[in-house]
Amino acid sequence: MSDAVSTERPIVVTAQILEPSPGALMRRRIFGHTGFMIGIVVLATIFFMAIFAPLISPGDPYDQVLSRKLIPPIWHDSAKATWEHPLGTDLLGRDYLTRLFYGARISLLIGFAAMLISGVIGTTLGVIAGYFGGRVDMVVNFIITTRLSMPVVLVALAVVSLVGSSLAMVIWVLGLLIWDRFAVVMRSATMQVRNLDFVTSAQAVGCSTPRILFAEIMPNIANSLIVIATIEMAHAILLEAALSFLGLGVQPPEPSWGLMIAEAKGMMFFDAWLIAIPGAALFALVLAINLLGDGIRDVTAPENRN
Amino acid sequence: MLIYAVKRFGIAILVALTVSVLSFSMIYLSGDPAIALAGEGASQEDIENVRRVYGFDRPIIFQYVDWLLNALSGNLGHSNYLKSDVASVIFERLPTTMILGACALGFALILSIPLGVLAAIRPNSLIDRIALTIAVIGQAMPSFWFALTLILWFSITWRLLPITGTGSWLNFIMPSIALGYYVTPAVMRLTRAGMMEVLSSDYIRTARAKGLRPATVLFKHALRNAIIPVVSLAAVQFGFMLGGSIVIETIFAINGLGFLAWESIQRADLPMMQAIVLVLSVFYIVLTFLADMLNAFLDPRIRVS
Repeated sequence: MSDAVSTERPIVVTAQILEPSPGALMRRRIFGHTGFMIGIVVLATIFFMAIFAPLISPGDPYDQVLSRKLIPPIWHDSAKATWEHPLGTDLLGRDYLTRLFYGARISLLIGFAAMLISGVIGTTLGVIAGYFGGRVDMVVNFIITTRLSMPVVLVALAVVSLVGSSLAMVIWVLGLLIWDRFAVVMRSATMQVRNLDFVTSAQAVGCSTPRILFAEIMPNIANSLIVIATIEMAHAILLEAALSFLGLGVQPPEPSWGLMIAEAKGMMFFDAWLIAIPGAALFALVLAINLLGDGIRDVTAPENRN
Repeated sequence: MLIYAVKRFGIAILVALTVSVLSFSMIYLSGDPAIALAGEGASQEDIENVRRVYGFDRPIIFQYVDWLLNALSGNLGHSNYLKSDVASVIFERLPTTMILGACALGFALILSIPLGVLAAIRPNSLIDRIALTIAVIGQAMPSFWFALTLILWFSITWRLLPITGTGSWLNFIMPSIALGYYVTPAVMRLTRAGMMEVLSSDYIRTARAKGLRPATVLFKHALRNAIIPVVSLAAVQFGFMLGGSIVIETIFAINGLGFLAWESIQRADLPMMQAIVLVLSVFYIVLTFLADMLNAFLDPRIRVS
């Protein structure tokens, strides 16, 4: 662009053809990326709902008022619809909007915690395999292959049913199961960085291996790590919802979105909104996290975009 | 090729053995499997009986070796709940799940490969944007919720398809879509990336330069190479789908392996749970082994390195 300007008008004030600073370029990329912006706005909204649930919800998530059960949401043409319950009430007369707010807490908590656990396991395995290579790599590869051959949903359901289901247990089971993508991607990312000059020079000046791994390797694979972290957080949230839907995840009366869909399943032919609302919330949350992940990938490494 | 095959086979066997150890030890997660099997309210005597009948009083390593040798000879144990042989129940249910998996994979490939190819021919065009949107939406949709939504539309509102059962091929349409759509984004992205790489290569330029018809270049020269990685991805995804069919089969009450797994988990039928995990894992191992062999056969670069 600056070339075109300079050929048309030979005398140009230098400030006009200055390259924008890296920070300005980054800002332009972030704000110009529609997906990233949508993702971050939706995610921030859900995060806000989760944190301030006690302040903004119209009711109590556990309070059952059986005389006021199955009130439809306000957009329904029904005499029963009321602004007191904007999204209506469920089978037990609990305010649906309140349960939706509190459900956001469970989804975010489980998604984030399971992602952290799997991230630590997978990144450790992947970086070690990628950096050391050889026998170590073979062993890690073997562990990854073994993990991949066991069906996640089935093993998670079986394990949770055997050890008993609770919030903490669901987090641990998911965290211990879904580290495979972290390991695979971190392994290949480390392999690409391992033989670059700055790593060789760190080795040459005698840096210790932990120092090289943390100070040289990690910062250079951090952006793919963040992208995988978003993918796995979304994955964990979907798995939790599926487990809760099948009755082996978060237990009643907790307001998990998957559980809300399961509880409403029997009524869905009459009141479809009962499953539409928590399902849409789940969809929006996972979509937002995925968009954010794709956005981070595009913004931090635009040359890899395709 | 032979060396590669033997090596790959050895790894597959080792993985299968490790998986068998894991599925065997799974039942010890609950602490004492005898207590779990005896059920609630069982007396100490009952528990001791269960322990003796199932052989839980012997050293674990003996139990495992016995279980493994039995499994190798086709005896996967006895289900106390169904009062029948585990292996025969599993192989009775397996074909249903296989058909469902095959239909779901077929649906996914029919949707994703043409979209991926079109997106690669015209990157950043409208069709590319649509394909990308489908991929992003597909990845975010909870499969069980999608399944329920399909039921609402096709069975309740439009009354086109039956909701549950396995009576006719109509019963398999919704479950196949619900199970298969989750795979489409991955296959589509891989097809698109592979096609774009191949289309920009020298031999495609040569083919075009010598005046071949665009369709010939696209299908005979480009797609054939771009599709190789899709083959192994499809095999991997087929394995994942068999595991994921537990949710879909439960919703549509399809009498397959997934439904059986869910029922067994509900009634703490430990031998059945062990066997299903083992069978599905081994099936996945066989599948990925075959896919790797096919890949090495199709692409000589793999077997050389």
